[in-house]
Amino acid sequence: MSIILDHVNYVYGDGSALEVKALDDICLQIPDGQFVGIIGHTGSGKSTLVQHMNGLLRASSGHIYFNGEDIYDKDYDLKKLRGKVGLVFQYPEHQLFEIDVFTDVCFGPKNLGLDKKETELRAFDALRKVGLPVELYYQSPFELSGGQKRRVAIAGVLAMKPEVLILDEPTAGLDPKGRDEILGQIKELQQETGLTILLVSHSMEDVAEYVDRIIVMNRGSVLFDGLPKEVFSRYKELEAVGLAAPQVTYILHELKARGMDVDVNATTIGEAAESIQKALKSV
Amino acid sequence: MGIVKTEDLVYEYIRRDEEGNVEGITRAVDEVNLDIRQGEFIAILGHNGSGKSTLAKHINAILNPTEGTVWVDGMDTGEADKVWEIRQTAGMVFQNPDNQIIGQVVEEDVGFGPENMGIPTKEIWERVEESLKAVGMYEYRRHSPNKLSGGQKQRVSIAGVLAMHPKCIVLDEPTAMLDPSGRREVIRAARALNDVEEVTIILITHYMEEIIYANRVFVMDNGKIAMEGTPREIFSQVEKLKELRLNVPQVTLLAYELKKRGIGLPDGILTTEELAEALERIRP
Repeated sequence: MSIILDHVNYVYGDGSALEVKALDDICLQIPDGQFVGIIGHTGSGKSTLVQHMNGLLRASSGHIYFNGEDIYDKDYDLKKLRGKVGLVFQYPEHQLFEIDVFTDVCFGPKNLGLDKKETELRAFDALRKVGLPVELYYQSPFELSGGQKRRVAIAGVLAMKPEVLILDEPTAGLDPKGRDEILGQIKELQQETGLTILLVSHSMEDVAEYVDRIIVMNRGSVLFDGLPKEVFSRYKELEAVGLAAPQVTYILHELKARGMDVDVNATTIGEAAESIQKALKSV
Repeated sequence: MGIVKTEDLVYEYIRRDEEGNVEGITRAVDEVNLDIRQGEFIAILGHNGSGKSTLAKHINAILNPTEGTVWVDGMDTGEADKVWEIRQTAGMVFQNPDNQIIGQVVEEDVGFGPENMGIPTKEIWERVEESLKAVGMYEYRRHSPNKLSGGQKQRVSIAGVLAMHPKCIVLDEPTAMLDPSGRREVIRAARALNDVEEVTIILITHYMEEIIYANRVFVMDNGKIAMEGTPREIFSQVEKLKELRLNVPQVTLLAYELKKRGIGLPDGILTTEELAEALERIRP
């Protein structure tokens, strides 16, 4: 099944002098199991877009279908939708509040009305999936490192057993190792469980490394939608809207300009190294 | 003595449980000795929890040392009556621009600092103008800060510090919340201040690409300075940086990968040009 956005518009300050069209005629389909990156400059509508997908914001017009059902139907259970489409906000560690990590992760499934046993099983499972060491389960969440706190927050959403996991800049402010650990774990999760992932990010390098598809937002519309190498080949247009390609893309273009026969479509370090090695051998 | 000097700086805080009982003591900064010269561009790297922000907060007397001494432009930060002077000498810019902007209009926000210092009105306006020009935000002086992008807001925060005529600006992860163009704008502004105005810059960041032009890099781990050197010296040690939960710029990493595959490249390549030239030399 999938998420379908059909001509979705979102306007705020409607009718006033400050009217802003935050989403402008968005049509998208997100199939099951895909790892999608959403990029765009600050204020381009990325966060507004993902907040529509679990019904947190309601479109001014248009329709959103989750698994074939219109989420704006009057009998549609939005609470159930929020269990299915989990959203992890920016700086999610600010939302931790329980006395220990385990209780915090139990909060979501408990609110879904599950019994104690099922709640706890899910919490253990979620904490294991995000790779948090067992000895931290009964510590206060406030004593953990930044990356650990963020993993607890992600586990809290995973414990609701969502089919879709939306992460809004999950690595902002983390050190490089912390970034790799979190994104690596999310990628593993997607591959093992077939979870659909939507990753909102400002890091072009991270997006290039992990996602199957990139959606570029600009002024509330979808500017590009395609494979990472397709999207990053339009790097000049990306720069015009406040974005960039990963650094390797620029390196390869420079090498090409100097007469080396490299593949300018490579977007990761591994691909780029491969391509340069080949170019050196073929001479 | 340099603009910022620390001698055996130690900072400890006491951890307490729910009831307020002491659980233990954490040493966040552990015997750090620094001597930063006026006009240097310094970068501080380190994983989350390595102590870099705690160290930075000593430079404008937000925190006071548990042991050891910090001098800013010769003033001991432990002397209570020097606090305001120290904060005017060493300004600080934080991660989230939304927490630092208070004015309704850009120029009003930038004027807040000098106004508090009791500067005459005419000079405040002069300082506001030159500060906004220095960060490339003069044309937005009549705008509402709410309508600016993250990078623009962060440059307004820098202008606000600059208007106090500091000798040193400490930027604590100023780009963590910004998109790529916002990051570029902020780093360009910081470099320009360093080059043109000779303001000492101390930049804390998790983005390795941002510091390749720094004069010196300090890497912190466990409250101590674990590595010190030029960007090239630091970024030549890929494995050691990875152990410290850090990384190198993508171009450096690419060169390192190629080297591992048997291609004879030098260590510590920092720019695309260097890599291109090095590859040209070895092309058959």
